[in-house]
Amino acid sequence: MTDFVVILISTILVNNFVLVQFLGLCPFMGVSNKLETAIGMGGATTFVLTLASICSYLVHNFILAPLGLEYLKTIAFILVIAVVVQFAKMFIEKTSPLLYRVLGVFLPLITTNCAVLGVALQNTAKAHTFTESALYGFGAALGFSFVLILFSAMRERLAVADVPVPFKGAAIGMITAGLMSLAFMGFSGLV
Amino acid sequence: MAFMKMTSPHTTRAGDTGDVMKQVILACVPGLITLSYFFGPGTLINVVMASITAIACEAAVLKLRNRPVGFFLKDYSAVVTGVLLGLALPPYCPWWIVVVGTASAIILAKHLYGGMGYNPFNPAMVGYVILLISFPVEMTQWAIPRTMLEDGQGPLGPWIALQHIFTGAGSIDAFTGATPLDVFKHNNSQLVEHLYNSEPIFATGRWAGAGWEWVNLAFLLGGVYLLYRKIFTWHTPVSMLATIFILSLAFYDGGSSHSGGSPYFHLLSGATMLGAFFIATDPVSSAVSTKGRLFYGAGIGILVYVIRVWGNYPDAVAFAVLLMNFAAPFIDYYTLPRTYGHDKARRATEKKD
Repeated sequence: MTDFVVILISTILVNNFVLVQFLGLCPFMGVSNKLETAIGMGGATTFVLTLASICSYLVHNFILAPLGLEYLKTIAFILVIAVVVQFAKMFIEKTSPLLYRVLGVFLPLITTNCAVLGVALQNTAKAHTFTESALYGFGAALGFSFVLILFSAMRERLAVADVPVPFKGAAIGMITAGLMSLAFMGFSGLV
Repeated sequence: MAFMKMTSPHTTRAGDTGDVMKQVILACVPGLITLSYFFGPGTLINVVMASITAIACEAAVLKLRNRPVGFFLKDYSAVVTGVLLGLALPPYCPWWIVVVGTASAIILAKHLYGGMGYNPFNPAMVGYVILLISFPVEMTQWAIPRTMLEDGQGPLGPWIALQHIFTGAGSIDAFTGATPLDVFKHNNSQLVEHLYNSEPIFATGRWAGAGWEWVNLAFLLGGVYLLYRKIFTWHTPVSMLATIFILSLAFYDGGSSHSGGSPYFHLLSGATMLGAFFIATDPVSSAVSTKGRLFYGAGIGILVYVIRVWGNYPDAVAFAVLLMNFAAPFIDYYTLPRTYGHDKARRATEKKD
């Protein structure tokens, strides 16, 4: 039980995928202009990431490992992630057409979210068990959604700030993300 | 009988930004005096250097952006940033630490975001965190309080201090030591009573480490003055201090240093009071609504306690404030007050049905 709490705290705060490991920066910068969109994107990514880390665990341990094909894991994981994203896309299209429209191109782009592949690869590198893998993916997605949502609320405010022209838009967003990542260093040593 | 023709506002009290900022600087004075009394002239030198750098950077950026320099300098906000950063920096740190920290505070954290009123992060704390992460050695050498000096040994004179700050000449190792929070961080398996008796920083103090308890009480005094002058509302500082108090009470087992120290210790050591009354109450970077301020303060309190007790850093006010600055727009978003005439809170930008 304690292990699980440690994994969650570690992935959400201490080793936050966006602000500490710098994975998944593309949707972090791209979908953070509006709070509602960010919440939708956070939900979709959580769904995909958890499912993808479970599936990639199964693929790795029951297909690749017995056949001695571990060197294929990167390409196999990319395939698994693409399938899971396609599944999530269909799922969201049926359950929430509005969110589907709002997310638009960013939904298929979860495929190229390096955090998803990063979680799958780290799971095998750290030799996580099934539950640990699922929780690691879930925690990573929670950490991603957490900072994405907070960041989007802040960017709504930055949009009306009197930012110097050369720093408008993505530039000031990057600087804000950098300052946030400094603040997240305060969590180091928690677990 | 002649009536004076006057339009509103009818208030007679001046209430511009410069006035508020001057009150904040005034309220810092007790803390500054106490710090200088216990730790020598280092803090005063820091404050002066940081203020000058802050004004210079502010003027340079305003000039670059073709803004009225005199108008913005007169609101004293740059001086407040300089003073707060100067108070937070360790005494006798090299001069370039102060200059780099203040320059990044003013240029990076304030003017890249549009200057006064737009900065999402507290500039002084951004400067502090950048310094702490970039120059950990210089930033963790605190001076020892005068109560720990040996008989006949006076605190560092201003001349020697200036020489050390600007040329690095002379060793001041005899004048530096661990802060009370450092001691707790590095001795997590002893009895608190033992620490209090054996460590000189506690043995020569009263409740929470020599010097530090008085510094914190002095900042508390300044904070209460600001509350009395209605510069800010009570919500943020009270909720932050109450959270630290409750958490330290809940986790303190009364004896071992593993459990994080008593509530007195946490309230009266490190930057607790400076953070609660001078940093967390920054009107620009904190949450705005009344309910939001309560959440904001409580969040800072929780983070300060968690990082102090379980994290790598001995004190955490700067990190906690930055992290909650990050969360403040989100808190505001969900704690909108109800506008008069409406049933429930709604955003001005919300679409009408």
